[in-house]
Amino acid sequence: MSQLALLAAKGIDKRFGGVQALSDVDFTINHGEIYGLIGPNGAGKTSLFNVLTGIYVPDGGEFIFDGEPLQRLKPNDVAARGIARTFQNIRLFANLSALENVMIGRHVRTRAGVWGAISRNAGTRAEEAAIHRRAYELLEYVGVEKRAHSLAKHLAYGDQRRLEIARALATEPKLLALDEPAAGMNATETSSLKSLLAEIRRDGTTILLIEHDMKLVMSVCDRVLVLDYGKKIAEGTASAVQNDPKVIAAYLGGEVTLNLKGTS
Amino acid sequence: MRSLFDTHRNPKLAWVGIVLVAATLLVLPFVLASAGTFWVRITNQAILYCFLALGLNIVVGFAGLLDLGYIAFYAVGAYVYALLASPHFNLHLPFWIILPMGAAVACLFGVLLGAPTLKLRGDYLAIVTLGFGEIIRIFLNNLSQPVNITNGPQGLYLIDPFRIGSFNFAHRETILGLDFTGPIKYYYFFLAALIAVIVLNMRLQDSRIGRAWEAIREDETAARAMGINTRNIKLLAFAMGASFGGIAGGMFAATQQFISPESFILVESVMVLAMVVLGGMGNIWGVVLGAVLLSFVPEILRFTVEPVQKALFGRMLLEPEVIRMLLFGLALVLMMLFRPAGILPSALRKRELEVART
Repeated sequence: MSQLALLAAKGIDKRFGGVQALSDVDFTINHGEIYGLIGPNGAGKTSLFNVLTGIYVPDGGEFIFDGEPLQRLKPNDVAARGIARTFQNIRLFANLSALENVMIGRHVRTRAGVWGAISRNAGTRAEEAAIHRRAYELLEYVGVEKRAHSLAKHLAYGDQRRLEIARALATEPKLLALDEPAAGMNATETSSLKSLLAEIRRDGTTILLIEHDMKLVMSVCDRVLVLDYGKKIAEGTASAVQNDPKVIAAYLGGEVTLNLKGTS
Repeated sequence: MRSLFDTHRNPKLAWVGIVLVAATLLVLPFVLASAGTFWVRITNQAILYCFLALGLNIVVGFAGLLDLGYIAFYAVGAYVYALLASPHFNLHLPFWIILPMGAAVACLFGVLLGAPTLKLRGDYLAIVTLGFGEIIRIFLNNLSQPVNITNGPQGLYLIDPFRIGSFNFAHRETILGLDFTGPIKYYYFFLAALIAVIVLNMRLQDSRIGRAWEAIREDETAARAMGINTRNIKLLAFAMGASFGGIAGGMFAATQQFISPESFILVESVMVLAMVVLGGMGNIWGVVLGAVLLSFVPEILRFTVEPVQKALFGRMLLEPEVIRMLLFGLALVLMMLFRPAGILPSALRKRELEVART
C-alpha cells in the first residue's frame, strides 16, 4: 500500500482567525489515479490546495509526497518536487503568448542562467530549442497549438483552461492538481476535457481534481474525497460516495435545512 | 520602415538598412561637431541616458518592479570611479579596472535594496526605492566628516579621463586627417558600449531568465506555482539593472571630470523612468528612443525658445526652463491619453504575433 501512495496527507489543520478552514484532514492519493476532491462551496477544497502547494503553511499535520515530507516548502520548491497546479480563477501570464506561457513552465526543469543567456553558448541554444519544442508539443497535446502566438488573454475561455493545464504539465509534475478545470465550460468542452484528463493519466501523471461538475467527477475519478466545513465526511469510489447519506445531506442540505428550521 | 530591418523576410534590404544606420552613426559626431562640440557632448549624455533607461527597463519593464531611486546606482558607479581615479585619494587606477568595479559595487547595492523589498509591490516598493535613492544622495553629501570620503557637497574634481597607454580620451588630436576632439573619442567608445548593452538586453529578454522576469511581472503567484524562485529572480533583476547604472555612472564621471551629489537628485530618477515609460516599457528599442528624445528635445528647446519668442513677441516672455517643463508635462499627459503603452509599445510585438498567426 505504501509503495502505491504518491501523496499522503495526515491530520491537516488550517485556521484563518476564528474559521477552521481545514480540520484533521487525512487522505492518500495512489500513483496513477484520478482523485476527486468535492464538497459544497466553502468546504475547504481550495484551502487544501493552497496548503498542499505551499501558498499557505498548515497549522498542523503533514504531507508525505513521493516518500518525503513536504513540510514548510515554498510554492516554487513544491513545484520542483513535482506538484503542479492550475487556479480556480485562471491565472495565466496574460500579456505573453500561449507558447511563452508554456515555455515558462519549463523554467523549473531547465538550467540556463545569466551567463548562458548572454553568451548564447551551444548548451543554452540546445536547451532553448528543447524548451521551444516541448512547449509546442504540449500545446498540441492540449489542443491549442493554433493559438500558440496569440496573447494568453485573447484565447477563448476553454482554451485558457487548457493552456493552464499545458503550462502545469510543462513542469513535469508527478501530481497534477486541477482547481475546477471545467468551471464555465459548455458540455462539448467538458467532454473533451474529460478525454484530456484520461489521456494525461494514461501518460503516467496522477491527477488531483477539484470539481463541481458531478457528472465529470463521477465519470473520471477513481476515488473521491468529500469535504464539508473543512472536515472529511467521506472517501471512496465515486459510486460509494454518491450513495453515502452524509454526502447527500451535505449536498442536498437535508440536515442543514433542519438546522435552519431549528435556529430561525 | 520596418521592412528595412527585417532580416528574415527581406535580408538584402535589411542589410542596406543596417549599413545606412551604421554609416549615419559613424559620421554623426563630425556633423554635430560642425554645429558645435556642445552637441557631441549632448549626444554622449544621451547615450549614457540610454544605458540608464535600459538598466531601469530590466527592473521596471521586464520584472515589473517600480523603482523610483534608480539614479542611486548611477551615483554609486560615478563615485566608485571618481574615488579610484582622482587626486582625492591620489589613486589613479585605469578605467578598464574601475568600470567593472563600479558595476560590481552598484550590483551589490542593487541586492542591498532588493533584499528587504522582496515582499513589496507597486506603490509600497516605489516609496521604499525613492527613500533609498535619497539616502544614497544624502550619504554622499555628508560623508565628508569625520573622515573625508566623498568631499561632501563640493564633490570630486580632476577625475581622470579614460586612458589606454598614451591614448587619452580627453585630448584633442588629428588621426588620419580627421579632427578628433575628446567628446568625439568618447562618442565612439560609448556607442560601441551601447550596442553591446543593447545586444545583451535583447539576449536577456529572450531567455529563460527574461521569461521568468516577465512571468513575475504578469502574475507573481502563478510564477511561484510554476517553480520560479521569485526571490532570486527579483534580486537578479535589481542586480542587473543596478550594474548597468553603475557602468554608466563611471562613464559619466570620466567625461565630466567633476561630480557632486547635485547630479544625482530625485528628478534624475524620475527623468530616467519617464524615458522608459515614454518610449515603451519592456521594449528595448522603445526605451532607447525614449532616452534619445528626452535627452535631445530639452536641449533643442533651449536654443529655439528664445529666438522664437523674440521673433513672435519681440521679447522673452517665458524662460526656456519653464517652457521645457511645461512641454514635458504636456507630452507625458498626452502620451498617457493616446499611447499609454509608450511610443513603441508592445504594438510592435502584437504585429509580430499577428504575422506569425497568418
